[in-house]
Amino acid sequence: MSVRRLDPNQPESFEFDDENIAWSKTLIARYPDDKQQSAVIPLLWRAQEQIGGWITEPAIRKVADMLDMAYIRVLEIATFYTMFQLSPIGRKAHIQVCGTTPCMLRGSEDLVKICKKNIAATPHTLSGDGDFSWEEVECLGACTNAPMVQVGKDVYEDLDEASFEAVLDAFARGEKPAPGPQNGRQFSAPLGEPTSLTDPALYDGEPAKKAATDQGSDHDEGET
Amino acid sequence: MPLLIIDGEQFEFEDGITLIQACEIAGREIPRFCYHERLSIAGNCRMCLVEVVGMPKPMASCAMSVNDLRPGPNGELPEIRTNSETVRHAREGVMEFLLINHPLDCPICDQGGECDLQDQAMAYGIDTNRYEENKRAVENKYIGPLIKTIMTRCIHCTRCVRFMTEVAGVEELGATGRGEDMEITTYLEAGLTSELSGNVIDLCPVGALTSKPYAFQARPWELRKTESIDVMDALGANIRVDCRGREVMRIMPRNNDEVNEEWISDKSRFIWDGLRSQRLDQPYLRRDGRLEPAGWDEAFGAIADRIKSVRPDQMAALVGDLQSAEEMFALRDLFTRLEIPHMDCRQDGAQLNPALGRETYLFNSSIEGVDKADALMLIGCNPRLEAPVLNARIRRRWLRDGLEVGVIGEKMDLTYDYSYVGAGPDSLQALLDDDTYSGTATHPMVIIGQGALARDDGSAALAAAAKFIEKRGGLRDDWNGFNVLHTAAARVAGLDLGIVPREGGRDTAAILDGARDGDIRLLYLLGADEIDLQGTEDAFIIYQGSHGDRGAHHADVVLPGAAYTEKEGTYVNTEGRVQMTKKAAFPPGDAREDWTIIRALSDKLGETLPYDSLGELRKALYEAHPHLARLDALPELSGDGLAKLATAGGSMGTEPFASAIEDFYLTNPIARASSVMAELSALKSAQSEELTGTDG
Repeated sequence: MSVRRLDPNQPESFEFDDENIAWSKTLIARYPDDKQQSAVIPLLWRAQEQIGGWITEPAIRKVADMLDMAYIRVLEIATFYTMFQLSPIGRKAHIQVCGTTPCMLRGSEDLVKICKKNIAATPHTLSGDGDFSWEEVECLGACTNAPMVQVGKDVYEDLDEASFEAVLDAFARGEKPAPGPQNGRQFSAPLGEPTSLTDPALYDGEPAKKAATDQGSDHDEGET
Repeated sequence: MPLLIIDGEQFEFEDGITLIQACEIAGREIPRFCYHERLSIAGNCRMCLVEVVGMPKPMASCAMSVNDLRPGPNGELPEIRTNSETVRHAREGVMEFLLINHPLDCPICDQGGECDLQDQAMAYGIDTNRYEENKRAVENKYIGPLIKTIMTRCIHCTRCVRFMTEVAGVEELGATGRGEDMEITTYLEAGLTSELSGNVIDLCPVGALTSKPYAFQARPWELRKTESIDVMDALGANIRVDCRGREVMRIMPRNNDEVNEEWISDKSRFIWDGLRSQRLDQPYLRRDGRLEPAGWDEAFGAIADRIKSVRPDQMAALVGDLQSAEEMFALRDLFTRLEIPHMDCRQDGAQLNPALGRETYLFNSSIEGVDKADALMLIGCNPRLEAPVLNARIRRRWLRDGLEVGVIGEKMDLTYDYSYVGAGPDSLQALLDDDTYSGTATHPMVIIGQGALARDDGSAALAAAAKFIEKRGGLRDDWNGFNVLHTAAARVAGLDLGIVPREGGRDTAAILDGARDGDIRLLYLLGADEIDLQGTEDAFIIYQGSHGDRGAHHADVVLPGAAYTEKEGTYVNTEGRVQMTKKAAFPPGDAREDWTIIRALSDKLGETLPYDSLGELRKALYEAHPHLARLDALPELSGDGLAKLATAGGSMGTEPFASAIEDFYLTNPIARASSVMAELSALKSAQSEELTGTDG
């Protein structure tokens, strides 16, 4: 991870749209008096979504003013949480490549190479056409389907070089590729045939019946 | 009262203190970086680790209370070890981690020689380095013209952040990018706007925040340290003046819990470059409209000639804000002998009268009394500018115990919340007339500032303030809630000595009017610069002081005096505490200590003052004013004068109260000679212009 700084190019101003203002009022009202500052992270997150994926300096000031906080306090939060992007992200996709151990062992470094080749040599940098950007992130919790990347709120799993390039190409065409495993696997089920718990006797109902008789009648009452 | 065993010895402690405080009381030295007695506990440097017997790991002693410890299984007392092998290892480990990213630039670091990290690395660290990677480098930040940052040296103790947030009350410093890349910075590298910001230099345990004006000027071991008193405001903060040779190199605070704790304002700390420029280093005489260098004899001769041709009631003296009691006493003595009735130490025209009793012009609750107050009314004063260190104390009381503050006067940013009562005397009158007040304050305070006193209806405002605090139950045997906040270091001593018009005498305004009309033909200015001398050309003006400021520019004779760091002087602070400055350096050139000038002049005038040494002068001074001999003690006064004052009437005008200080950084001749103060003043006015620009 590198030093997180605000982007040198900043817009003049930031205002929440009407819908977000209404939402922010109900959100802030949820917190007890004098604890409104707790709303800072949801507000920053909404600002990031509204701006298009990153947090601008005017947005930091806006959020601080809304919550009666010092600007530096909001800046501290925005620079601490890596989910807040501090520079513009690609219009079509911002690729977050998981680089933590399971993904790394399963080839995430190859994915990073592709990002460097196809998008930009350094993370948090827009591609030449402004459509893409990428970064390496810590574990996103899909280790069974390693390696994986996250784009927006979707994850693309079980990638290899070819399927990752295909995902990127689909985004480049303006399509939205289907999220999930990219190798034909169903969620995190085994690829191909099941390899364990294959005995049909496990599924004929006998084990359940045996368990019910063992536990006795009083337990049954409790369950109803 | 928890019992504890520390290194085999048994101690009993107060409830609620932390282990680091307990160890300190027990006489054990615990190394620390982030912990500071006057700041909240952060517990992030880990240097204060101690072994608590029974705990699997060493504990941060700053973040654990003595009450948190439990007895052993058989009722054994909790035991702490501060010198065991575990503790030694733990400290070595912490020190090694701290030094991983700390540069080895001590030879070019201004903190070198007085650096906590340096000292503790020597005492608790290991002598080898196992780290072979590159050190982390951090860009330096701009945080104002006073504080130089070398951020690679920062060890992230966050003392500066906590100080600015908690004590100074200005949330401007913060830690961005917490984690491995943590950096201390202000928002977008804006300059700090607090009047107390210089204190972070002292707080910084390493050389990350150092003094910008002092950068690369001197090493701590070549400085001669003199304990003295600050005169930039009427608080009398305790300072240490560090000199090399004849020059003051820097000014640092000294700890005095009853006055300034361990803080001083930026003006007190960075004034020293003003002690070097615009100095009067020899007498001057005006010849053909121009001030020309002269000898002492010539200057005294010119004064003696003039005095012979002027009647006593055509002469007057004005005393400035930075003068010590000794020279004021000598001047008053001389003027009494010459039977001159016109003199005044109240340059701003404050309506304070020593005849009413000392308690009518003192900060009677005492500065420490603020820690007891539960309601406070500020009338015509802005403590943030008039006494920044006092303001920090008020803020702490507000922050910790919810002190209720009310303001009559200007709206201002005091760093704490207050309820705004009104702008002027009518609001004060309305408070007096209001019988519906139902507050339950047991220790109410009123602070009346020079902004309410230095005007025609000042004495009425003073009486109204006394009446108000009496009505609120603030005048009792065990509590005196009536306080006058002075802005001039010399004022209280001046009033104590009776530097006010004698019978038939003129006050400041009348003296100046007289000088313009021709009624006053000789005017003696003892360091008096805060007055308008336009149109007084016909009067013969003698200026005695340290700096070539307004007074000297209008003078016919200039007598070079000593600044407050160059003389032994007695000062009485706003609460009536008598303190003494010590001579840290010699006055430049031909300049002399002020009382000796007056003594020499008296000789020329044939009215020789009967003291040849400072000791003799002080003896005479103490005989006339015994309370000045009681150093560093608070006066014990009855409230009689205040009860009488409260019954005094007088009608107040309608003009709103304004603070007595227009520009915090330029309040006296030394400050106006300082380029650092000039820069700060320019920055401040640029900031306020920007603010009004965006608002309007």
